[in-house]
Amino acid sequence: MITFDFDYYRPDTIEEAINVYKKITGQEKKAIYYAGGTEIVSMSRVNQLSFDSVIDIKAIPECNVIETKDDKLIIGSAVCLTRICDFGGYPLLGAVCRRIAEHTARDMITLGGNILGKIQYKEAILPLLLTDSKVTVAGTAGKSEKPIDRIFNEKPLLNAGELLVNIIIDKKYINNPYSHSKKTKQEKIDYPLVTIASVKNDDEIRIGFSGLCVYPFRLDIIFGNIDNTNPESEINNILNRVPAPIVNDILGSAEYREFVTRNLLIDLFNYYGGMN
Amino acid sequence: MIEFHDKSIIELYVNGDLKTVAARPADTLLFILRESLGLTGTKNSCGNGDCNSCTVLLDGWPVKSCLMLAVEAVGHEITTIEGLQDVPMQKAFVEKSAIQCGYCTPGMIINSHALTTIYPDASDEIIEEWLESNICRCTGYKEICEAVKSVINM
Ligand SMILES: Cc1cc2nc3c(=O)[nH]c(=O)nc-3n(C[C@H](O)[C@H](O)[C@H](O)COP(=O)(O)OP(=O)(O)OC[C@H]3O[C@@H](n4cnc5c(N)ncnc54)[C@H](O)[C@@H]3O)c2cc1C
Ligand code: FES
Ligand code: FES
Repeated sequence: MITFDFDYYRPDTIEEAINVYKKITGQEKKAIYYAGGTEIVSMSRVNQLSFDSVIDIKAIPECNVIETKDDKLIIGSAVCLTRICDFGGYPLLGAVCRRIAEHTARDMITLGGNILGKIQYKEAILPLLLTDSKVTVAGTAGKSEKPIDRIFNEKPLLNAGELLVNIIIDKKYINNPYSHSKKTKQEKIDYPLVTIASVKNDDEIRIGFSGLCVYPFRLDIIFGNIDNTNPESEINNILNRVPAPIVNDILGSAEYREFVTRNLLIDLFNYYGGMN
Repeated sequence: MIEFHDKSIIELYVNGDLKTVAARPADTLLFILRESLGLTGTKNSCGNGDCNSCTVLLDGWPVKSCLMLAVEAVGHEITTIEGLQDVPMQKAFVEKSAIQCGYCTPGMIINSHALTTIYPDASDEIIEEWLESNICRCTGYKEICEAVKSVINM
């Protein structure tokens, strides 16, 4: 039961969404965009969120599209994870989404909500960071296309009132060799202790991490430079570049997370054939 | 643009009938189904998206009614366990003894019914993927899987 009251709007166009946001906030009230609603409802129930209005974006056609166009895969921000898995246009993204929550939750959780929500894991962003994806953002000044790291870098960076419309993935990366591994504390379905996703691009391996730090991030390595005779030192080099402290919480201590990460990196090097 | 303010009258299309009900925009679909429409077959358990006992179908797809606003369902077709009239899955759960206390059963059946409707030839992998959503604290999942498979093999 959500104990506080709010208004509900379901615009049919991007313009309506932006205008209604502007109108509500112009009355000194707080509005939030509402996609799958899973995070908004569960956090509101325990009074961890408060707002005066929700703007449900699921009826906006541009937020609902999933299509390949020319050399791009375009996924609307309100497309749910189940649809992404079933569409199958980007195998790594499908593999990552298939391990987020469970099937019925994936019918509701949207790609945009996973990236822009408060829950720190945001596993679905990993394949997007690894492929230098772009996003379309709409605001009062109209629509613009930006690199994904302009809307997420350690934290969501959208300005108040800006709406994430879609994500644009360059198809040149889609069939590259990739790997994905999610380790949880105990149950198969849980938040990650550590999730690693990677893409090989020529001599470079791009590695995305979720769960290791309080935000997901990407590190690149030049595969040819790896010293096969000394895997420990290569892994130390990678761990030295981790951009924030390793998380130490009820799912796992920092030491255990580092141990799991080391093993995942050995698996990753073995998978790409670089380590004996 | 659809909009709702304060407590207002909304129309929900439930089990083939148009129902008129008073709801706050903050009311979950689960709350309105159970407390206003008396459709208590849909169970409340965790209220937090973790167990799937509250599963209903929205346009044929399973959703957690505890994580959905009732106003969000306006304009969509909702199917609750009461809307399944003698579908093969109900019979299969009885025949395979896939029930003990029965608390998870409406959510299990509605999810399994959607699964076999959407994927009439579902593989073991797909069955496992879908059933992972529903938590049952009494039975093993063996009988439940057998019930689902018996409908697929019909
Ligand atoms: C049962 C369950 C299990 C989960 N397991 C995992 C897991 O294993 N791994 C993982 O990474 N995450 C997991 N999550 C987290 C989940 O992916 C996030 O909570 C995500 O926010 C949910 O997406 P949503 O579409 O429901 O978002 P909503 O609740 O609709 O919105 C979340 C936030 O994003 C904002 N937002 C959404 N869309 C847009 C947009 N287009 N433009 C601007 N702002 C927007 C909203 O304003 C809000 O602040 C789980 C969640 C649940 C409920
Ligand atoms: S009551 Fe909805 S998932 Fe548990
Ligand atoms: S039969 Fe009791 S919880 Fe499933």
